[in-house]
Amino acid sequence: MSLEPQELEELKSKIGRDPTLTELQIVAAEWSEHCSYKSSKKHLKILPMDGPLVIKEKGYDSGVLDVGGGYVVTAHIESHNHPSAVEPYGGAATGVGGVIRDILSAGTRPIAILDGLRFGNIEKDKQARWLFKNAVSGIADYGNCLGIPTIGGEVEFDECYENYALVDVASVGFGKKENLIKNHANKGDLVILLGGSTGRDGIGGSQFASDSLESEDRSAVQIPDPFIEKLIIEAILEARDAKLIHAMKDLGGGGLSCAISETADAMGIGIEMDVSKVHTRESDMVPHEIMVSESQERMLIITSKTKLKKLEQICKKFRIGCSVIGIVKNDNQMHITQGKKTFANLPTDVVANATLLDLPSKKPKYLQNIENDKKLKIPNLKKSLLDLLGSPNISSKIWVYGQYDHEVGIRTVVKPGKDSSVLRLDNGKFLSVKIDGNPKHCYINPREGAIGCFEEACRNVVCTGAKPIGMLDHLQFGNPKDPEIFWTFLETLNGLADYAKDFKIPCVGGKVSLYNETPKGPIKPTPLIGVIGLIEKNPLIPVPITSGDVLLLVGETKDEMGGSEYYEYIHHHIGGICPKVDFKSSKNNMNSVLEIISKKLIKNAHDCSKGGLAIAVSELCMTNNIGCSLKIDKISKNKLSDEKLLFSESHSRYLLTVPKSNLTKVIQILKKHNVFHEKLGTFGNDSVTFSKNNKQILDLRVDKAQKIWINSLRDLILNV
Amino acid sequence: MKVGVIVFPGSNCDRDMFHVLSDVFHFDAQYFWHEKSLPKNIDAVVLPGGFSYGDRLRAGVIAAHSPIIKDVRKLAEKGIPILGVCNGFQILVESGLLPGVLLKNESLNFMCEWTNLSVENNKTPFTKKFKLNQKIPIPIANGEGRYFVDDETLKELKKKNQIVFRYTDKVNGSLNQIAGVCNDDGNVVGMMPHPERAVEKEINPIDHKPSSLIFESLISSLGVKK
Repeated sequence: MSLEPQELEELKSKIGRDPTLTELQIVAAEWSEHCSYKSSKKHLKILPMDGPLVIKEKGYDSGVLDVGGGYVVTAHIESHNHPSAVEPYGGAATGVGGVIRDILSAGTRPIAILDGLRFGNIEKDKQARWLFKNAVSGIADYGNCLGIPTIGGEVEFDECYENYALVDVASVGFGKKENLIKNHANKGDLVILLGGSTGRDGIGGSQFASDSLESEDRSAVQIPDPFIEKLIIEAILEARDAKLIHAMKDLGGGGLSCAISETADAMGIGIEMDVSKVHTRESDMVPHEIMVSESQERMLIITSKTKLKKLEQICKKFRIGCSVIGIVKNDNQMHITQGKKTFANLPTDVVANATLLDLPSKKPKYLQNIENDKKLKIPNLKKSLLDLLGSPNISSKIWVYGQYDHEVGIRTVVKPGKDSSVLRLDNGKFLSVKIDGNPKHCYINPREGAIGCFEEACRNVVCTGAKPIGMLDHLQFGNPKDPEIFWTFLETLNGLADYAKDFKIPCVGGKVSLYNETPKGPIKPTPLIGVIGLIEKNPLIPVPITSGDVLLLVGETKDEMGGSEYYEYIHHHIGGICPKVDFKSSKNNMNSVLEIISKKLIKNAHDCSKGGLAIAVSELCMTNNIGCSLKIDKISKNKLSDEKLLFSESHSRYLLTVPKSNLTKVIQILKKHNVFHEKLGTFGNDSVTFSKNNKQILDLRVDKAQKIWINSLRDLILNV
Repeated sequence: MKVGVIVFPGSNCDRDMFHVLSDVFHFDAQYFWHEKSLPKNIDAVVLPGGFSYGDRLRAGVIAAHSPIIKDVRKLAEKGIPILGVCNGFQILVESGLLPGVLLKNESLNFMCEWTNLSVENNKTPFTKKFKLNQKIPIPIANGEGRYFVDDETLKELKKKNQIVFRYTDKVNGSLNQIAGVCNDDGNVVGMMPHPERAVEKEINPIDHKPSSLIFESLISSLGVKK
């Protein structure tokens, strides 16, 4: 945990002297990849960040969107990968805690959590199973205790995460626009540390997260305490209502070093703070330990002297610590003392702004022939479908979300397990939120894979009748100093920027996590995209399907098997053509589905993604206890083999369940938008049957499928 | 009709309960912080769900020693209707206002799912508008929700008609599938499932009317008293 030699020279030249030990630790924390984004920041600017609904303020840790009626929605995404790989329970729990405080620091109440979890092959690897089980418990215990519903997420297993874990947490906040904290500070204002005590846990956490995981440094993992976090949330919202907060920042990576330098730099102020005023958990902590400790459940607040008493009263009510640790100056310096003795005195802009890098990139060799098609021996289709239904990536995740309180807050209109969960808002509108990733696609084609994740998240919110209004991106890669890895990062970013610009969806928050390496090498490129959708009036709440309802497929099925669950799980084959999003049809399909939903013509809309059409149809039938007989002759413009028709993961596809009486109207709208669509068949009986050229190619009893799909994941975990 | 909603450090269903009481059923609901006292003229008291004191030691055990519990006890003795939901039920049990204990669920996991209740006692102020054995679709969300008492107390509970709600299925290993009980007088009721999450059509995927009867029963009980 130190600076690179050239960084040390740079620091010396900027301050004109040798740094003190405390200064060195502060700068090492703040210039770490985790805090400074030094490898990625230059490039992130290509993402569009403005839009008619975006509200920008200096120093916000979360994105803010105006949702009308005087209300705002805030959103942010974070990961806690390195800590979770070492100590999954605490790592995952503190990951939730951190993102919650980002939402809180804008002055909004957190109303939802979503989490994306990725581990190694849990069928073979007991370590992966242990990581998975404990990460889920960590999230459950933390989120449930806070009373913030965990409304969605995704779980994926892939051998590239062997002995490792990706734990991504997104959170959404809601509040009145007038209550947003407009970060400001005047000379003489007080700097206050509120919440839990500062201990030795998490020391050097941000540098730990900015390096490949070689040693299992458990002391760099923070210890979670959701009870304190809950008290902080309530205390801060009470202080917000009483207008006691001038500026606020969460203490996350880099602890006080980061919070003090970034707050001062963003507001153009100086801060003088005394480490002996910080309430600590241990008595003999030295100044630099206090400055870089990443103990959780702490917030930095700036307020005026006149408001201090009221703030202290609120903290006393909730019995949380509230220490005046410093004072606002106008000298743009970060001055750290212990009593009267100075331990650090640095210009805030030097600390807060590491020199940005422009790393070299080169197209990876492995990509040269990866999209070539390969002849594979076709196994029995029915067996393949059953195997997929029971596979860890496709089987029901009820074992996971059943442990999360997803009802608290009484906003959850569409519950987890559907395409996207929907929350009701106090302004009469509804919010639909989804996160999606697909490292299998992204490995084969980083650009198209990333766009696919983005579109999939959009499709999911569209299925509830929501228009995408903002996106969150979480970009997770291996060591950026490897030009081949950095190339995949740039491709991903360019793809996301192109789609975001074309669809006018601003990026409202994001995070970059690099150095995600396992003992066997880098992880696959793993961008995770969150999409926030807004529904003005009527969300599509799925209605049970009944016999005679018609199943329509919107969007074309193409020869795009690369990275599919079918190729990878059934054939253990990594390669083939990666699904590509055609922007024009993506938009047309999206708009037509939204129009159909707004006219209340369908019972439900379901996204077609992992596992392809066969899985998407099976999911509809299993969750509705009904069979369906479909013809798949005309779902592609080209002649495709049976398994490609069934399992290709082409994008922009939606399954619509239409009551017979509305069929003509629905088809009219699809034709008007010039959308490729096909009537697949009719629901009824108790089997799913696929036929081509009037010949049945696959049939499956729904009850048999249900048993496998619902129980597989749980059985796998309980047999540890 | 004045209904107090008690807030402990770590309560997290207090705002949901307040919303349902005031916006859906038009009670005059008021929050009471656990260190305050309850006014004498209060008509009913609700202990909402959550994780009081972060479930430390055992769910509900620290909150059971909060200053306000003295007042709750006095009101209970006077026959004022008192409802504890989830953590509120755990607190009532830990404070001795209701019999039994709540153990970790059989799965050892937190469980959030929709269940079905059957009304076993329709004489309490919270169940008087139900038909006996009427079904209620309602969600649970707890880690320590498995009700348990010794054989002797169970006999007593049955004899005195203190079992108020039962799950219709085996949900979490609760003794006799008990989901809710009342005190000897019937005015103090505790239940693990969350009625406040089930009374609005928008968020209840099955049927919001049965659980609404819990609050409508209270309205009718208080109305009769006046």
